[in-house]
Amino acid sequence: MAMSFMEGNEAVAWGAFDAGCRFFAGYPITPATTIYNTMLRLLPPAGGICLQGEDEIASIGFCLGASMAGLKVMTATSGPGISLYSEQISFAIGGEIPIVIVDVQRLGPSTGSATRGADGDIQFLRWGNSGGLPVIVLAPSDVRDCYMLTREAFNLSETYRCPVFVASNKEIGMTRESIDVETVPSSRPLKRTASPDPDRFQPFAVRDDRTVPDFLPIGGPRVVRQTSSTHGTDGYITTDPGEISRILDRMTRKVAGAVGNFSLHEVDAQDDAGILIITYGITARAARVALDDLRTAGERVSLLVLKTLWPVPGRLIRKTAENIERVIVAEMNNGQYVREIERLLPQHTIDFVGRMDGTLISPEDIRETV
Amino acid sequence: MAASLLDTTRPPVFCQGCAHDKVTRTLDEAFSRLGLEGHQIVIVSDIGCSGLFDTFFHTHAMHGLHGRALTYATGLKMACPDLHVVVTMGDGGQGIGGAHFLAACRRNVDLTLLVLNNFNFGMTGGQFSATTPPEASIGSGFLNRLERPLDICQVASAAGAPYVSRCSTYSKDLSREFERAMTFRGFSVVDVWGVCPGRYTRNNRLTPAMIDDALARLEPTPGPVAENQRREYGEYYREEARRQDALPRPTTIDKEVAPPQNLRQDIIVMGSAGQRIITAGEILCMAGMTAGLQATQKNEYNITVLRGPSISEMILSPTAIGYTGTQRHSVVIAIADEGVARRSSVFESLEDTALVIRAEGVAIPECRAEVISVNFKGLGIRPPDWALAALGVLSTRNRAISPDMLIKALHYRFQEPVLSSALKIVQSARSAG
Repeated sequence: MAMSFMEGNEAVAWGAFDAGCRFFAGYPITPATTIYNTMLRLLPPAGGICLQGEDEIASIGFCLGASMAGLKVMTATSGPGISLYSEQISFAIGGEIPIVIVDVQRLGPSTGSATRGADGDIQFLRWGNSGGLPVIVLAPSDVRDCYMLTREAFNLSETYRCPVFVASNKEIGMTRESIDVETVPSSRPLKRTASPDPDRFQPFAVRDDRTVPDFLPIGGPRVVRQTSSTHGTDGYITTDPGEISRILDRMTRKVAGAVGNFSLHEVDAQDDAGILIITYGITARAARVALDDLRTAGERVSLLVLKTLWPVPGRLIRKTAENIERVIVAEMNNGQYVREIERLLPQHTIDFVGRMDGTLISPEDIRETV
Repeated sequence: MAASLLDTTRPPVFCQGCAHDKVTRTLDEAFSRLGLEGHQIVIVSDIGCSGLFDTFFHTHAMHGLHGRALTYATGLKMACPDLHVVVTMGDGGQGIGGAHFLAACRRNVDLTLLVLNNFNFGMTGGQFSATTPPEASIGSGFLNRLERPLDICQVASAAGAPYVSRCSTYSKDLSREFERAMTFRGFSVVDVWGVCPGRYTRNNRLTPAMIDDALARLEPTPGPVAENQRREYGEYYREEARRQDALPRPTTIDKEVAPPQNLRQDIIVMGSAGQRIITAGEILCMAGMTAGLQATQKNEYNITVLRGPSISEMILSPTAIGYTGTQRHSVVIAIADEGVARRSSVFESLEDTALVIRAEGVAIPECRAEVISVNFKGLGIRPPDWALAALGVLSTRNRAISPDMLIKALHYRFQEPVLSSALKIVQSARSAG
């Protein structure tokens, strides 16, 4: 057994590198800066590019340009930076530009506390774009997840051509942990599909019954258009409501309709359990400890740790909650994802364990609620 | 001369008499004269009327958000060094994207920026921009009277742009000027003055002759700025990048020894910023890993760098670690008052089996644990090394880590000459244990 000792942010950087990321741009912000630091040491010697933008808007803009040139790109920030990314996130959604965006969350609102953790951006990541089209959000709960989910985020972003968020947290990103590198399963890096017929290429047209357009890079032999304006399949502005609705419906379906393919989670089910704890992120660690304690005390409890938060894996949540009376949602904010659970499980009793003071939800907090 | 790159099926849609119309045709002339084909060029267009430019040409195109065109252009050029990147932006984009403009001038990536300067926001109703003269009558009421317009060329030169030129849309030399800017290797800015008949000249008199007069009264801008000549960013970047050493994969630590206790250990270090608390915590965890233990390290500190408390919480455990907060502490290392003040409640719950290592001079609350007081100062150890020295004391007691584990961890963590001094500090601390 060979163990490495690293923090979540370093694991994110290595996951990105192993997924084929060769372009990173960021702006220093606690607690995300060590991702940038690591990418700066990783990419240039490997022929890649790591830049520090003049601000967050520039950093993500560099990434969008480089992604359109065909590179796998990533940026990383915290809540205040996500706010500044917002218009560019909408562009990545509307322009179907693959990008991985890491949000190492810190306590908000606003500037908040740079060195305290939180999961306060969970609804913001989903809805913080104009137009409100769906995005993919993955939530790691430990260092190993940081590595694996970042790799997965690249594959999803290339497959579905959309921004994919890794919703980390200061308490994961800057917490160091021993991980057994050899037991991390390998994964094949995926790349966006190149157009098989460049002569008839249209930047936003889809073949057959697919939902994701083929890709050609800006800078290649076939000229390519990218635009943030409402466009038709040819990438030119359109005012035709039929064409607009077809393309926006497709962009919605390609992500929302596919969540069954990537409903990442861990479930620890107990027969005849009357209670299901649903959680994600750093709180999953406290929940696992609470679960062991509760079972030792004779309680019958199951645990669902969500790793895909958006689109909401509704089928998975409903199925896991079947035959259960009471659901406890634990998250490091004042009540965000619990809204989704209440929406999905109107017949269940739902209790909430939240915390928004810069400290972790403890196993006792969860045990007491049970 | 290459063929025209204008898309005849998508003719310009500007107002009659708009300067942009002439710039479109002149830019096409410049492309032809440079012998460029469409796939060798990307037009990155901003927002407003200048944001329509990409649609008239058979070139690569990227049209994004207001003021951000230079950001996409930078990413594209860094990824595709052979591509000609032309950015079309208005005086509006220049204003809202000011930070990107300054940074592009300083950075010197080989981009060509055409600022299509018509002194107002045409598309949204003729509001004032960063270049609107105070005497103009525009769509923002009296507000433009209160602000001083920006001289794009002066700002560009001051910010380090190596190529800066100001010219009239109606200049006979315009296409040559575009050629010069595009062939210049580095960031080139062309401030192109023109008339906006749809908005600006409805209420203000501005003719090509008046533009010529106004330009004649300003300092000439010959293009290359002598004091700003330097290497192009991308080329420089690639050269520096080639010199960087590859980052090795993270070090792996094998189980080499047995731990002194095969029990979970919750350890907290209470110090202050600058005492290398986090490095000491890392070494403690690595020491645990040499005995096959799993380890977590959770840190707490303020945003200040060399001031304020610094707390590190470590768990060493033979089994998987869930919650990363330390709970029933087996070891407390107290080496600064501010750290103790932040976590004073820890002492109340300490059991009599716990061990506290306290730097002499640091006050701690009463507790049931065994307390070892160490005079680090007396041992000749400086405060930045107290946390490391405390690990030496801890290992002497064979609590959580053994001396062997600690020495192995130091070898993993440090290289010479730091390694020798770390070993020396640990050695002198062990005499105090």
